[in-house]
Amino acid sequence: MSAVSARVAQEQQPFAPLQQAQQRALHPELGNAHVRFIGLGKTYPGQQTPALDGIDLNIQHGEIFGIIGRSGAGKSSLIRTINRLEHPSHGRVLIDQVDIGEYDEDRLVRLRRRIGMIFQHFNLMSAKTVWQNVELPLKVAGVPKAQRQRKVAELLELVGLQDKHQVYPAQLSGGQKQRVGIARALVHDPQILLCDEATSALDPETTESILGLLRDINRRLGLTIVLITHEMAVIRDICHRVVVLERGRIVEQGAVWQVFGDPQHEVSKTLLAPLQPALPAALQARLQAQPPGPEAALVLSVRVSGKDRQAPELSALFNLLGGRVSLLQGGIEPIQGRALGQLVVSVADSPHSHAHVIERARQWAAQVEVLGYVV
Amino acid sequence: MWFDRLLQGVLDTLLMVGVSSLIALLAGVPLAVILVTSGKGGIFEAPTLNRVLGAFVNLFRSIPFLILMVALIPFTRLIVGTTYGVWAAVVPLTIAATPFFARIAEVSLREVDHGLIEAAQAMGCRRWRIVWHVLLPEALPGIVGGFTITLVTMINSSAMAGAIGAGGLGDIAYRYGYQRFDSQIMLTVIVMLVVLVALIQLGGDRLAKGLNKR
Repeated sequence: MSAVSARVAQEQQPFAPLQQAQQRALHPELGNAHVRFIGLGKTYPGQQTPALDGIDLNIQHGEIFGIIGRSGAGKSSLIRTINRLEHPSHGRVLIDQVDIGEYDEDRLVRLRRRIGMIFQHFNLMSAKTVWQNVELPLKVAGVPKAQRQRKVAELLELVGLQDKHQVYPAQLSGGQKQRVGIARALVHDPQILLCDEATSALDPETTESILGLLRDINRRLGLTIVLITHEMAVIRDICHRVVVLERGRIVEQGAVWQVFGDPQHEVSKTLLAPLQPALPAALQARLQAQPPGPEAALVLSVRVSGKDRQAPELSALFNLLGGRVSLLQGGIEPIQGRALGQLVVSVADSPHSHAHVIERARQWAAQVEVLGYVV
Repeated sequence: MWFDRLLQGVLDTLLMVGVSSLIALLAGVPLAVILVTSGKGGIFEAPTLNRVLGAFVNLFRSIPFLILMVALIPFTRLIVGTTYGVWAAVVPLTIAATPFFARIAEVSLREVDHGLIEAAQAMGCRRWRIVWHVLLPEALPGIVGGFTITLVTMINSSAMAGAIGAGGLGDIAYRYGYQRFDSQIMLTVIVMLVVLVALIQLGGDRLAKGLNKR
């Protein structure tokens, strides 16, 4: 095993539950979906277009599942049908094979204790201390005091806020508030954690620490996390699988590396655009649509979509293209242990014709785009 | 002797305002909770009940206190057996104060972020527990502020009641200050009322501020 592939293999380790989950997603007969939507639809009273329309989806045990889309795409409505904060107009939601559609308040209350939820604006009780906030779900469930104290202490330690237990939420930073929210959501030992834009009100650094905490919880407690976000970076950083919603419909779904490496739908491409490095202005200005002369260099954008698990071998690309190959811009990013990225190269003095060069580049990467020519 | 009479007036005023406000507090908070939770999108949605209760509250809120008091005379006689004195004033004062306070408390309850109710539902909180553990504690500073306003308004109304024979500071000001042109008494009563209102306002503000953790 080469050093590179050893490293890649190591990076795949954290995603071991994913492989299981993917297995089950590919073969539904093998595994039981944790959450399953069947023909789910939702139309709000007084509105013509449905907020959700014909959603069929399986979410597996132990995976971090992302739902992304522009605002108004129906993400919020979809995630809220899982704990019945939202009642679908038609279709079914199954949790562990059980239809939750006909639940009365009693069963709903018990269901909700198995499903934690965190929110964009944290939704902490301002009149209660950190301790009381985390304790509240246990208190309303009638858990005895000694047991409550043990559990709250344990969770505050998990989120690293044991020294803040007497403080009111108003005195906490955004990241600390979300940690309290997470502790509160986990206090009943749920099997599912719903995250409603949980990092959208946080700065990038805090977002990273909260995502780290979620990833850690997923690994340590093995709970299923369903999150909605409009930030692609969040999906890239922690999700295993993703669906893209647009106008209440699923327009694309798959493993994160697949959707990121080779987005099919326009909406996915638009959402992904901010993650792509923009071409430097200086290069952009020099680019010409037609070759100005025979000595002009061809500029190609080559997309590495992570289809094979190996890190891309540049020497192979250079040999294929021939001539002087320069790397103008680009980088590779490991997502779920696969190398994804985009390289912009210029090819000069190649023994092959321009058309031929492009064809040869396609042997190395599925997506090759001609950006233009430079002298 | 003057001092005794004034002291009695203060005590009568405090008794009228205290008893009627206490009943208004006990009846107004549940009324406000029902008004908020039975409204559209509320946790106990019941549009008909909401409309009927709302109309009832508005009805009593729109009648000026002086007219309400006179109109309620038969009812007052039925309840306390007399239409004269401190206890007779308590009946119309309570009936005026309850819807007044309920509306103010309703505003505070309505201002509780819907996200908090959603969070409580998501954690598996039964509806009555949402009222008890979320709605009321979160609205408490506003409710205390509203109760302060109610107390001050009731002192105002109790003086009116005093003028038609309920006793209290209003009675003294009317009989000695107005009918006998004794401006010294009038001035003393005014000063006492100002001090009373100031103390209530100060106390209420302090309490509301202490309860507000936002």
